Amino acid sequence: MGKDHSHDHDHSHLDGMELKVRTLESLLVEKGYVDPGALDEIVETYETRVGPRNGAAVVAKAWSDPAYLDRLRENATAAIGELGFTGRQGEHMRIVENTPEIHNMVVCTLCSCYPWPVLGLPPVWYKSAPYRSRAVSEPEAVLAEFGVTLPEGKTIRVWDSTAEMRYLVIPERPAGTEDWSESQLAELVTRDSMIGTGLALLPDEVA
Amino acid sequence: MSAREALAEIASIPRDCGEPVFAEPWEARAFALAVHLNERGVFTWSEWADAFGANLKANTQAGEPGSYYEIWWQTLEEMGERHGLASAVERSHRSGEWQAAAARTPHGKPIEL
Repeated sequence: MGKDHSHDHDHSHLDGMELKVRTLESLLVEKGYVDPGALDEIVETYETRVGPRNGAAVVAKAWSDPAYLDRLRENATAAIGELGFTGRQGEHMRIVENTPEIHNMVVCTLCSCYPWPVLGLPPVWYKSAPYRSRAVSEPEAVLAEFGVTLPEGKTIRVWDSTAEMRYLVIPERPAGTEDWSESQLAELVTRDSMIGTGLALLPDEVA
Repeated sequence: MSAREALAEIASIPRDCGEPVFAEPWEARAFALAVHLNERGVFTWSEWADAFGANLKANTQAGEPGSYYEIWWQTLEEMGERHGLASAVERSHRSGEWQAAAARTPHGKPIEL
C-alpha cells in the first residue's frame, strides 16, 4: 500500500445512489427477478462508451511534455482539467508513475471509486469481489492472470481508491517511441495500463 | 425487447454517436435493470416509457429537477412496487442492512451482506 495514503475513516461507506442501487438490485436478484450475469452483460456492452481515450491523451501528454508532467504531479485534478476532462463531483485525481523500479496498481472496495472522467465506466472485473480483495493480498498473482510478468525485484504498490481520491497510473513509456507524436503515443495507452493491470503496448503491437 | 430497441423507443436517453452515455457507473446499472426487467416480461417497454415520461415531466415542472437517471431510478422503484417485486418497506429494511454491512467492513475489503 502507498505509505503516504491515509483514510479519514476506518470503515466503508455506502451512500446516495450507490446504496439505492445495491438495495433494490440485491432484493431483485434474491427473489429471482434479475439474473446478475445478464445484467452485467448489458452494462458491459456500454462500459467503453465513455471511453478510456481521455486518460490515454493525458498519459501521452505526460510522456511528451515535461512541464505538463510537473503540473500533473503538482495537481492532477487541475492538469487533467486543462484538457477538458472534469468530474461531476470534483473528485480529486492523483497520478502514480511507473518506473523501472516500481509498478503501480489501483483497486477500490466500492465500484464507484474509479476515475470516470478519464477512464469511462469501470470494467466488471474491477468491481468484482475477487479482484477487490486479491489485488491487495496477492497482486503478483492477479497481474499474472492479466498476462503481466514484471522483472525480478520490481516493487508493486497497490493504491486503494476512496470516494475522495482517484488514481491514474502513468505507465512506462515504451522504448523506441522517442520521435512519436502525442496522438501516436496515445494509441499505445490501454485502459488496463492506466489501472495497472497491464502495460503500455509496444510499438510493434499497434498496426 | 433488446437494449437497442429499448433505446430507440426513448429518444431522450443521453447519448453520443447513438450510444447511451453514463456519467456514473450506477446510471449504467439503472439503465440495464430497466432493460432486463422488460426482457424478462415484468413490464412492457411502453409501460416503462409512459411511467418514466410522466415522472420526467413532473420533475421538470418542479423547482429543483433531479438528474435524468435519478428520475429513471425513481421510476424503477415505483415499477418494483407496482408489480410486487419489492415494496418500500423491503427496500428500507435492505438499505439498513447494506449500511450496517458497510459500517462493519474495513476499507479495503468488499462490502457483502
